[in-house]
Amino acid sequence: MAVAKAQALLAGLDVRDADPAGDDAALDRLAVWALRRYSPIVAADPPDGLRLDMTGAAHLLGGEEAFTADLARRLADSGIMARIAVAPTYGAAHGLARFGSSASVIVQDQDLEASLARLPVMALRLNASTTDALRPLGVDTVGDLAAMPRAPLTLRFGPDVGRRLDQAYGRAAEPCDLVEAPELVRVRRAFAEPIAAPETLARYTGKLVVQLCEALETKGLGARRLDLLFTRIDNRVEAIRAGTARPLRDGMRMTRLLCDRIETVAPGFGIELMTLTASVAEPLDYRSAASSLIEPAAPDLSELVDTLANRMAHGRLYRCAPTQSEVPERSVREIAPLAPPVGAAWPADWPRPARLLDPPAPVEAMALLPDHPPASFTWGGVRRRVKRADGPERIFGEWWVRDGELSAVRDYFQIEDEAGERFWLFRRGDGEDPNTGDHRWYLHGIFA
Amino acid sequence: MPANPQISALRAQIARIESGGKRARGVLPFGIEAVDAKVPGGGLALGALHEVAGGANGAVHGAAAALFAAGIAARTSGQVLWCVTRRDLFAPSLAQAGLHPDRVIYAEVGDEKAVLACMEEGLRHGGLSAVVGELARLPMVASRRLQLCAEESGTIALAIRRWRRMTEAADFGQPTASVTRWRVTALPSEPLPVPGIGRARWLVELIRARAGDCADFELGACDDAGRLGLPAKLADRSAPAQPRRIGAAA
Repeated sequence: MAVAKAQALLAGLDVRDADPAGDDAALDRLAVWALRRYSPIVAADPPDGLRLDMTGAAHLLGGEEAFTADLARRLADSGIMARIAVAPTYGAAHGLARFGSSASVIVQDQDLEASLARLPVMALRLNASTTDALRPLGVDTVGDLAAMPRAPLTLRFGPDVGRRLDQAYGRAAEPCDLVEAPELVRVRRAFAEPIAAPETLARYTGKLVVQLCEALETKGLGARRLDLLFTRIDNRVEAIRAGTARPLRDGMRMTRLLCDRIETVAPGFGIELMTLTASVAEPLDYRSAASSLIEPAAPDLSELVDTLANRMAHGRLYRCAPTQSEVPERSVREIAPLAPPVGAAWPADWPRPARLLDPPAPVEAMALLPDHPPASFTWGGVRRRVKRADGPERIFGEWWVRDGELSAVRDYFQIEDEAGERFWLFRRGDGEDPNTGDHRWYLHGIFA
Repeated sequence: MPANPQISALRAQIARIESGGKRARGVLPFGIEAVDAKVPGGGLALGALHEVAGGANGAVHGAAAALFAAGIAARTSGQVLWCVTRRDLFAPSLAQAGLHPDRVIYAEVGDEKAVLACMEEGLRHGGLSAVVGELARLPMVASRRLQLCAEESGTIALAIRRWRRMTEAADFGQPTASVTRWRVTALPSEPLPVPGIGRARWLVELIRARAGDCADFELGACDDAGRLGLPAKLADRSAPAQPRRIGAAA
């Protein structure tokens, strides 16, 4: 479309010259940001893509879904419209991100073939003339193309079609140029003969850590995130990423964090290059060691927290802190395990159950309105006669959180049955005004 | 207990052999004479693994067992690691049992194997005062590992046994390397002169104690400092274990 025509169609159109060099530089900057934040293996994919290897890095953000959600949110916040695809191979992810059905898609190993087969042939990164020539042959999707005999295809279109198909299905390797941030502290070691044994990898990890600690010390930094990359002789890169709760320059602890996960590295035919980077580093000052003149400080738990956080594949580590909310499920917020002490606790006026059911379990209850505790209730098919009760404790909805809670009310009762088991029941509504709730009963917790 | 000097000497000798030459870590007394007299050593051994399970329906929800463990952890001083697989533990109730939220680090992991690994790591670190884990299965080998780690660092290990179904609770009879094994069942609360619910009471059974006898006690649930109490009717009859608050306020 000519500029004049575009301007005629849309008034006030902002026209600028194309700046491919500037675009590439911006993409590189974005890649460095992704390297710091998301994954140790990041490559820019000009003109408009980023390639992130999530293996071994997704768990630090809480799994693949959380990883993609976080990435999408942060890109959107900085004004970048992005489509994200997670797939076992780069070729598949490239195609799904550009031609997939939704803006964010995650494909597992077993679904790879099915989701690839639906993509148009254009998703395979073939040049335009090949794609155009394939269309008259009735080949529209990758599935059609993959089903065709390979030899005639190669004869007619050259080796590119077969190569791209193999890359998409994970049958051929696909090396890439990793992005590197120049200001990061980085040490590397190349091997004349490839190494593969885990013990050897651990030994050289220890040596690299010593070098890295020296480099960090000269800059007065401590590492918050460590990336250990293993370049295999077939040009694939394996990575270990470890995060720390506080800036760290202790060689023993770094070695332990990294060596903990060495079994996740597949050395293949051997590793010829190891690179250790402190991809996030923060200033770390010298501290005086413990002395008998002062009182012994509280034991340092950062080592334990680091070890646990890096080892847990599907877990979280947190501390609880009170919030300014009376609604039980909102009264607890999670904070970092090594956050400074909050000091405050929850008000102790009303007893709170040891187990909180989420979501509250609906129960059948018989009670006098408006404010009597139930005489009996049925939960899970068991009817329990109420022997003693305390309440109601009235909790009002928080209209500043959600509009629907403007007039909502819950009346909580502490109930004891004949066997002495204590339950926390609530009724939605105040027992008089139907606007405050539908007067159904729920079991919300179990007391000890 | 009438102490035969020869038997005490033998017991001390066996304890030395069992601990592999490591020094004894001391005990954490309950502060109730009737209980401490029945538990070998006069309290829960520090640097050892203890098991707690709920009785009746408590085997599934484990509410009383969790608070019993929280009370023990509250009476130690220092940070506590609490490993769970299900996220239904309500932190305010632990605070009401004396365990301040600043003292507890929660590790929420995917499976029981990870709970065991986290507990072991926490015990081995030595900077924690207690490590609590919620477990359904505790095989002999795993419990032995926890016990050894606890012995090494002096951290108290508490395994809350909690099962998905009541029928699985029979697993509590299987042998483990824990030093004591407790079962906590909710009892009707202390009667009040007015309608309402008084202080919760528990039937606390010491099912197994290494080098000790079984026993059961009726106790008041943990107060806001993690201390168990004698029920009022017992406290009134014998010399009171602790001054009653109602009387002190008059």
